[in-house]
Amino acid sequence: MRHRSLLIMTTAITAGALTLSACGSRDDKDDSGGKDGKTTVVIGVDAPLTGSLSALGQGIKNSVDLAAKIANKNNEVDGVTFKVKSFDDQAVPSSGKANATSMVDDEDILGAVGPLNSGVAQSMQGVFDRGDLAQVSPANTNPALSQGDDWASGKKSRPFKTYFRTATTDIIQGRFAAQYYFKDAKKRKVFVIDDKQAYGNGLATIFAEEFKRLGGKVVGRDHLTVKETDFSGISNKVKSSGADSVYFGGQYPEGGLLSDQVKQAGAQVPVMGGDGIYDPAFIKASGTSNDGDLATSVGYPVEQLDSAKTFVKNYADQHYKDPYAAYGGYSYDAGWAIIQAVKAVVEDNDGKLPDDARAKITEALGKVSFDGVTGKVSFDKYGDTTNKQLTVYKVTKGAWKSVKSETFKD
Amino acid sequence: MHELPQTLVNGLTLGALYGLIAIGYTMVYGIVQLINFAHGEIFMIGGFGALTIYIWLPSGTALSLALPLMLIGGIVASVAIATAAERFAYRPLRGGPRLAPLITAIGLSIALQQAVWAFYPDAKKPRSFPQFEGSSFEILDNLHIQRGDAFLLIAAPLCMLALGLFVSKSRAGRAMQATAQDPDTAKLMGINTDRIIVMAFAIGGAFAAVAALSHGLKYGQINFEMGFIAGLKAFTAAVLGGIGNIYGAMLGGVVLGVVEALAIKYIQDIPGMDQLGGGAWKDVWAFTLLILVLLVRPQGLLGERVADRA
Repeated sequence: MRHRSLLIMTTAITAGALTLSACGSRDDKDDSGGKDGKTTVVIGVDAPLTGSLSALGQGIKNSVDLAAKIANKNNEVDGVTFKVKSFDDQAVPSSGKANATSMVDDEDILGAVGPLNSGVAQSMQGVFDRGDLAQVSPANTNPALSQGDDWASGKKSRPFKTYFRTATTDIIQGRFAAQYYFKDAKKRKVFVIDDKQAYGNGLATIFAEEFKRLGGKVVGRDHLTVKETDFSGISNKVKSSGADSVYFGGQYPEGGLLSDQVKQAGAQVPVMGGDGIYDPAFIKASGTSNDGDLATSVGYPVEQLDSAKTFVKNYADQHYKDPYAAYGGYSYDAGWAIIQAVKAVVEDNDGKLPDDARAKITEALGKVSFDGVTGKVSFDKYGDTTNKQLTVYKVTKGAWKSVKSETFKD
Repeated sequence: MHELPQTLVNGLTLGALYGLIAIGYTMVYGIVQLINFAHGEIFMIGGFGALTIYIWLPSGTALSLALPLMLIGGIVASVAIATAAERFAYRPLRGGPRLAPLITAIGLSIALQQAVWAFYPDAKKPRSFPQFEGSSFEILDNLHIQRGDAFLLIAAPLCMLALGLFVSKSRAGRAMQATAQDPDTAKLMGINTDRIIVMAFAIGGAFAAVAALSHGLKYGQINFEMGFIAGLKAFTAAVLGGIGNIYGAMLGGVVLGVVEALAIKYIQDIPGMDQLGGGAWKDVWAFTLLILVLLVRPQGLLGERVADRA
């Protein structure tokens, strides 16, 4: 008897919950449609909001939030109010996939910004594609995400129509770094290290290929493990290899320690990395001086663009708890790209959202073009940014200073 | 082979660090047969305790002066958390199913990590830790010892010596051995076993704090996640050396550290093993060794001296 009553109760509760939630979502719609005639469009944000990369994730979330607030303030899209709903992926692919599923299920979400990590993006792309929900990543740099797994052999094909990004791919970043090391810094013997992750390993491989193509020599290759702190073994190998430089594909927590330990092992050579190490925490991570270490990052330095100055000021006005960090500008642009796509769709449809809003927005995203925080924002046929401006930064007296900015040419 | 001494010293310092943390696992296991998976976080909190003291001190205080105070700060933080964990998380479950405290330990570990992440200022990113000024000591042409490592190489044997004397000579230490051998009889002999258990947690916490301070000095930073991998490696070291045996924990740590260092350096030089060497595979070799040792000696390297486990 007890089992039966339990069963009945569970059924009743489930049915009740379903009815209520169904009512709830309908109510929401009526609400959003009813209040001074405005429709609410929600932009989903997926980023690591906790964990060791949370500083970057919080910056992404706040920057998208800022884009939504500015759009609402300027009445960017007539009759539409933007809201942001954030999801924490902890830099774990499975969490990212679960978040993507929740976003697809939430009918109010018409576009998503994120994630931070290429590895997480791999698990989310399929879900978004099936749900027709457009995704703009501010930080993914792995080429396969937009150009397919065979990009290296020249057979590029876009795997998912819903995937866009405002960050430049590793192909461009890795080759740019190799050219800087070989041509500008006159390095000939490099030791390449990566963290075995999709981002780090991909970037290091592209760098090594280009460096060899230019005529340099890769004198050693090794891998380290994320979250470890002792890299003295690898550092000793760098020293005994006689390398005049180190390239590291990975993130700042390991990068900072690695740079420090390489120097402690007695190898006075610079360590260079991608945007993953371009963060003040890279310098803070090691007690002794990182001076001379290098990082490439996408776009021009924030101080050199007027639109970026406005962003920095607006961000400061909101008094967010965490700084906008390395990807703030790209996140703002990613959010703004979705807002622009919504605008195009609404204007095409007599000032209302069409029934197939998601598909229309995905289509419209491919055509957006505006001057963003990081320069001109538009997407090519793969969904990659057309912005190929890159900057090399160097640690000078305990701070990142830009040393060279240019548009990458093949 | 001229880099062998440096590789061995690197392995030794890393191993000494593992060993100091492993003491906490082994002490607690020896007395209450509990694997305290939150011990990695107790280690991490020791680091933050020491850093807090350094921040409180007037800026410009010489590190050599600050060091004893930081050590005290770290020990106070670690011991407080370790004993509180014993009192509020583990004691209510004593006598319950063996899995209950184990799951509690995992939950506690996550809770402590998130608490530091959320409440310690600026702890979302690695916090930099003070370091000794000056270059490393050059012992031989090819052998350098970092100043931070020197602290660890002095502190670890001293702590072991003190603990060895305490366990074998003092009244409380002998009570500990008695409780480890047979808690019920120990109780009948008038030993307050609850106090002994708290003491085991406290000693483990104090050793973790010494390890955390060494870790900070060695790497120049601490972060809220550092307890996870360090704890895992230390637990491995404790099992390798024979869990329950304090000397085994230190030996296990040193063996583990040296194997990792040698694996990074030399495995890939063996013909045909090019793909299986380097930093990517060091953990594989360390765990292969662990499995081999456990196959031959299931009780661990020094595990047979049951009378000594405490």
